[in-house]
Amino acid sequence: MANADCIVIQGSNMAEAHPVGFQWVTEAKARGAKVFHVDPRFSRTSAVADKHVPIRAGSDIVLLGALINYVLTHEKWFREYVVAYTNAATIVNEDFRDAEDLDGLFSGYDEESGGYDMESWAYEPEPGSGSGGTGVGDGTAGDSAREDGAEASTEAAGQQYGSGGPDVETHVPRRDETLQHPRTVFQILKRHYARYTPEMVRDACGIPVADFEELARTITENSGRERTTCFAYAVGWTQHTVGAQYIRTATILQLLLGNMGRPGGGIMALRGHASIQGCTDIPTLFNLLPGYLPMPTVEKQDLGTYLDSIASKKQKGYWAEADAYTVSLLKAWWGDAAHAGNDYAYDYIPRLTGPHGTYQTVEGMIAGDVEGYFLLGQNPAVGSANGRMQRMGMSHLKWLVVRDFQLIESATWWKDGPEIATGELRTEDIETEVFFFPAANHVEKAGTFTQTQRLVQWRHQAVAPPGDAQSELQFFHELGKRIRARLADSTDPRDRPLLDLTWDYPEDEHGEPDGEAILQEINGHQLTGPDAGTLLSSYTQLKADGSTAGGCWIYTGVFADGINHAADRTPGGGDGPQTEEWGWAWPSNRRILYNRASADPQGRPWSERKKLVWWDEDQGKWVGNDIPDFPVDRAPGSTPDPSLGGAAALAGDDPFIMQADGKGWLFAPKGMVDGPLPTHYEAQESPVRNPLYRQQHNPTRVTLPRKDNLSAPEPGAPGSDVYPFVFTTYRLTEHHTAGGMSRWLPYLAELQPEMFCEVSPELAAKRGLEPYGWATLISPRAAIEAKVLVTERMRPLRVGGQTVHQIGLPYHWGVGNDAVVTGDSANDLLGITLDPNVLIQGSKVGAVDIRPGRRPQGRQLLQLVEDYQRRAHLTVESGNEGVTGSHEEAGAEEATDRSERLDHESTDQPGAEE
Amino acid sequence: MARFSFLEWPVIRQFRTDDSSGRSSAVTSPTTRAIAPRTTTADRSVQSVCPYCAVGCGQKVFVTDERVVQIEGDPDSPISRGRLCPKGSASEQLVNASNRQTKVLYRAPRATEWQEMDLETATEMVVDRFLASRRNGWQDLDEQGRRLARTMGIASLGGATLDNEENYLIKKLFTAAGAIQIENQARI
Repeated sequence: MANADCIVIQGSNMAEAHPVGFQWVTEAKARGAKVFHVDPRFSRTSAVADKHVPIRAGSDIVLLGALINYVLTHEKWFREYVVAYTNAATIVNEDFRDAEDLDGLFSGYDEESGGYDMESWAYEPEPGSGSGGTGVGDGTAGDSAREDGAEASTEAAGQQYGSGGPDVETHVPRRDETLQHPRTVFQILKRHYARYTPEMVRDACGIPVADFEELARTITENSGRERTTCFAYAVGWTQHTVGAQYIRTATILQLLLGNMGRPGGGIMALRGHASIQGCTDIPTLFNLLPGYLPMPTVEKQDLGTYLDSIASKKQKGYWAEADAYTVSLLKAWWGDAAHAGNDYAYDYIPRLTGPHGTYQTVEGMIAGDVEGYFLLGQNPAVGSANGRMQRMGMSHLKWLVVRDFQLIESATWWKDGPEIATGELRTEDIETEVFFFPAANHVEKAGTFTQTQRLVQWRHQAVAPPGDAQSELQFFHELGKRIRARLADSTDPRDRPLLDLTWDYPEDEHGEPDGEAILQEINGHQLTGPDAGTLLSSYTQLKADGSTAGGCWIYTGVFADGINHAADRTPGGGDGPQTEEWGWAWPSNRRILYNRASADPQGRPWSERKKLVWWDEDQGKWVGNDIPDFPVDRAPGSTPDPSLGGAAALAGDDPFIMQADGKGWLFAPKGMVDGPLPTHYEAQESPVRNPLYRQQHNPTRVTLPRKDNLSAPEPGAPGSDVYPFVFTTYRLTEHHTAGGMSRWLPYLAELQPEMFCEVSPELAAKRGLEPYGWATLISPRAAIEAKVLVTERMRPLRVGGQTVHQIGLPYHWGVGNDAVVTGDSANDLLGITLDPNVLIQGSKVGAVDIRPGRRPQGRQLLQLVEDYQRRAHLTVESGNEGVTGSHEEAGAEEATDRSERLDHESTDQPGAEE
Repeated sequence: MARFSFLEWPVIRQFRTDDSSGRSSAVTSPTTRAIAPRTTTADRSVQSVCPYCAVGCGQKVFVTDERVVQIEGDPDSPISRGRLCPKGSASEQLVNASNRQTKVLYRAPRATEWQEMDLETATEMVVDRFLASRRNGWQDLDEQGRRLARTMGIASLGGATLDNEENYLIKKLFTAAGAIQIENQARI
């Protein structure tokens, strides 16, 4: 970021949530970079930005889509980059229909399943190439496409493909380098965003045209050969029912501007927790195995079917080697018990049949299917959406294990939770056994965190943990040893995977397993031949024949040459420009991904100022200031036979080496379950109609229509004025997530002692809210109280002729008796509706009413919530329509012209204010 | 106490010595001069990484008599260059806060209070329950007769301060046990 010429921070309050990282933004600004902050709320990030652009929460795709439109219509795109490195020239199947044609839906939508069949989004094959279109040349292609579409609503389908994205099946797609063919990705893109205009941004986002134009002008002036623009986002982009598409929109924009794979460019995900990147790389997630390999679904009954479903040997790039990564993982886990004769113990992995995410698990608890639950440094009673459902779910468990530093609310809900106060639960009736185990903290154990730029850093142990406190490593190693001992004599086949597991790690005198031994297993080693036992140095050494083992292919090399590179600590990172002697960045200690794109198609840096890696003709290889993210000896002009497949098929100008066609995807022919192009849909609870399409919501979003998870009525429906305001949630500098690591620390508790809400002076006047007094906030799920902070940082926005008031809520507090500071939890207000690609909840936009005074206590609190629900005519169907209008009775008025409809609805809406 | 001298007035000292800005030796008291920071008297310092957000700031953990006495920013880190935010600066209290829990606690069904329990007993009880719930929630096949080989009786939700090595063991053990509902803050 320090190398950027323009930085757009959107969906993040970086100065307050990532304060120390923000120093690099400050450095860039000191060198003359322009900094924009696009956010509903004016924060300390806005204060030091060149410009703050307030935006209506949940409307970012309109803004980003309009920037795409601006870049295209003003001819500001980076032509050589776009033509060579993206799929702009690729021609799409003639069956494809855009959201423009179908009023907010793409072709292939199946109303019954609520998902898409992606077949019509595919590339058109080059005539005579023999390249498989659907069903041609690859017998499984048609089947798999159908399967993905039909099951999209029940699977986390977007992550079925793993890190490389899906195979495109059309391995030699038809191209038009002039970009004029009407079915080129480029022309489709132009049409798709044509109505995303500055005026639409004004009406949908509440951003004045002049502000939009300043942003658009600054970004385009700071992109191209000589200059680069960087985007930074956090959960302000991900926590939406179209969250994954927010990032896709920025990707398209950055590809058009030529800002990917270059210094000072890119899209920076500012992740919120020490090793949340590591938690997805080496996942504790239901749908992934290490290294973004998908967990097998029930359809993948054997290893061959599984491998065919994630990658084809015919596709370009390194994802074609997924078989080597998979077999090496199976060898790491099951050793000699994994061999060619049993599909490398593939059957030892349990199968998925649908989404088994954390929110579905809570439903399983309430239904009585889940008996036992481990909480490992996580506080869902406060930190997860719809806190009441979380706590009620736990009250149905037989047993609960909480491992933490403190008695967090998720450990004590049975005696001091909000449902005890309302009388919904009675401690003496709750059957759940609760075990609290104290945990070792970050200085009491050794191991690695992976930070937000993929940098793996080793922490050395400073002291031993106190009392009974243990690391997760020790607890789970011990649990595994005891389970295996209990089952040692079992002949039941279901116990084989446990008994055959490699589970023999050296321990120190306190019983703590050696973290380096585990990191070595993750790194991988040679199993056979003269080098047997040698640690591997690159994932390219992994083999699919059982001769290598490796627990997570993208981490191969962290222990190259037997050295723990995560512990590399040359002060300042060494003399190199990429500080590569501090920690180790996956993959291969590479600091900027896809950096082949930093050079032109001939291999020369786009400019001296922005050079990173380049082709050295004399040496016949890629060289530069970073480790080249490309086959190092592949000359820029190479055009290998595409039928070779894998890395061998990558042409000299295919920088996106994990994509099946080597190109950056402006258009996603497969893999995104809610459409090949990002499209604006309103949030689950929005005060306005979608100004762009008849389709109000993401039609593939995952809803949980239940009485304990009600949604507000659609705008304009009876009762939609009952919850008239938008609330959005965020974090503070002085607290951390659900507070387990901050509300118990006296220093931090003193700095931010009380739950509060931020409201504009206009809203305070409208509702009679007193500064520093109390307010009660009521959503369709719950009511909470908060101290009132009246501030101009919150600004009412004019959207489509009505005023939208937004309320800001930090979400760190929880109800209990143990923390130094407690308070009502903002997440209790939230409902659960999920992004269909990644199953993350939309938690940045919700509907709420606010009124002065404290909330009622006990039963009366429930009555207040129920009274609002009655007034709003809520049912489990409210807000949960798939295709907009499908629930309306026959004979309802026909859809009118779009602009007319917008005018009509914005003036007729009961909740609207002029 | 030393005999009073006008020459020891801070403002005079400021001009007498080379501390003309009055921010160093000129404004120290004898008490200040007599003490040293805990960081200089520590037995050792250990390099670590801040456990809060994902920037990954370097920390130096100072240890005296096998006790953490201070945690400061690591100036050698090219990421953070010695800086820490309020949370990172407060992380010494994660270690030493007097309210920290260091004992195993158990709440029996319908009980109104915790009871203390020894680690060994609690661990064995968890093993019992793990095996029973694994069995109770076991599914061999789906309705079409396809292999599932899993249990729906056990779930887990982890935070994102878990180490990579810890996540690796958790996923490995749960997968081998057939438990699939293994989730993390990364979904949230």
